[in-house]
Amino acid sequence: MATIKLKCHVGVGPEVSGEALVTDDNFSARYDLDRIKGIFSRPQHKLAGKSYVDKIMVFNTAKGGVASAWMLYEMKSRGVAPKAILFNSVNPILAQGAALADMAMCDRFADGDVTQLIRSGDRVTVNPEQGLVTITRDRTETGR
Amino acid sequence: MKLNDEEQAMLNGELGEPRRWAIEHMMRVGRFFDAPDFVEVTQAHIMADTESLGEAGVEFLERMAACPEHERRVRIPMITDPRGIDFCHYKRLRQTDAMAALEQRTIDAFEALGIMMTNTCINYQTIMPPVRGEHLAFGDTGVVIYCNSVLGAYSNFEGGPSSLAAGLTGRTPRYGLHLDRNRRATKRFRVTCQPQYLSDWGALGGIVGARAGSYWEVPVIEGIEASPGSDEMKHMGAAMASFGSVPLFHLVGVTPEAPTLEAVCDPAALAAATIGETDFAAFFARYGGKGEKVDVVVFSAPQLSLLEMQSLAALLDGKKLHQDTDLLAVTSPVVAADARRMGFVERIEASGALVLEGMCFYQSYAREMGEANGWKRLLTNSAKLANIIGGYGYEPTLSNMKNCVASAIAGEIV
Repeated sequence: MATIKLKCHVGVGPEVSGEALVTDDNFSARYDLDRIKGIFSRPQHKLAGKSYVDKIMVFNTAKGGVASAWMLYEMKSRGVAPKAILFNSVNPILAQGAALADMAMCDRFADGDVTQLIRSGDRVTVNPEQGLVTITRDRTETGR
Repeated sequence: MKLNDEEQAMLNGELGEPRRWAIEHMMRVGRFFDAPDFVEVTQAHIMADTESLGEAGVEFLERMAACPEHERRVRIPMITDPRGIDFCHYKRLRQTDAMAALEQRTIDAFEALGIMMTNTCINYQTIMPPVRGEHLAFGDTGVVIYCNSVLGAYSNFEGGPSSLAAGLTGRTPRYGLHLDRNRRATKRFRVTCQPQYLSDWGALGGIVGARAGSYWEVPVIEGIEASPGSDEMKHMGAAMASFGSVPLFHLVGVTPEAPTLEAVCDPAALAAATIGETDFAAFFARYGGKGEKVDVVVFSAPQLSLLEMQSLAALLDGKKLHQDTDLLAVTSPVVAADARRMGFVERIEASGALVLEGMCFYQSYAREMGEANGWKRLLTNSAKLANIIGGYGYEPTLSNMKNCVASAIAGEIV
């Protein structure tokens, strides 16, 4: 196994580990999801049909209006939520929503585009307090 | 973050659990965005529609509302964004009793916290317009972009929880648009085609918003020859925030921070992109529908001003809507009262249209309303609404108010 450490800005929420689900698309809690089923429902979204439950989600940026600040809390209260969300850059609304929900969220990665650095299926640990994301990957998959 | 004695006392729980939660919530957000300390704010405005609150969000508010009165009351004037229900008309809109019940619980909780139920997203036109340099904690992206850009006030987009925290503490973390260095223009646009109708101003906002594309970009626009009024700025700002998550723009010679281009950027270092007739045409063309049956015409998002209500009444005078087309005009409680007194509501409703107050179409269970009423093709003069409503299963078309009314009478998009 190989581990890769990614430095990011200090985030919010607890330390969590899980399987990554990655896209270079953006994220709106209001318009992209079927929040009851826990899947991406907007047909144009690159993750359409996939489940986000208990995943470490990775997106480019956040979209959507002020209302989405309540939604992560609501999703987490039903246990149908991602474990963490990582962005290249997030807007205040979703960061505020993660603070309310006590969901792990980080952005501003030092090594470049996080949607390229992490791959779907990677085992990932997110430590928002330290601004550190650790990827564990089979050595064969790293190409070494 | 640096805390003063009072903030430390809040964090220690000495001023009660709601204020302890509030200051801790804002410290998490402040740390995320490198806020050095808090800034005092004079007003808060909260968006908390029951569709996004859900049962969990309503219970969160109710827990706070059950705290002792001296612990739970907000410290600064705090007002609300539109609700999801107009209690006089929800049955006609085929919204359910369960929706109305959840709405009533939310209202009861807000009132226990000392929040004024203004139910409006045009508070800058109707309640208490901020002044230049005033620090605020406003929700609703349309409200924030208008107050920052047109009035020169200072607010970030405050989601419901953060607005509530600001109301309980009288402050917000000092980051983003509370800092002058983040208010300089980063994208420059030159308009070569003059907007005419409100829908054109919305289109301009949509074009600029989509190209700016981030909360952290500040567009500056040159080339506007007209002197836009409050409704023009309202439609433009709301669309820009909707299409691009943009919280601030400058309009050279119009908005207070941009008397000149040089006041907001170094023109030599920032090349201008042109926005012309073809860009406007392409924007409107993305919403087809000409000649098709129209199910519902909606004037909402933002709520209508008194002047828009007057215009709508004049366009509908002596006319009857097509039997298969509904027309909804959504406004604030303040405007509705005036419009009723002046006879605008009666004139609008004589056509078969419906005036709704204190709500907004897209945050009122729009998907369920559409399915229950058989509404699919939606016509509006709001670029913001056209942008959002596709996500709720509608097929939107954007046109000016005059064409929208003519289409409602014809039963098809003219």
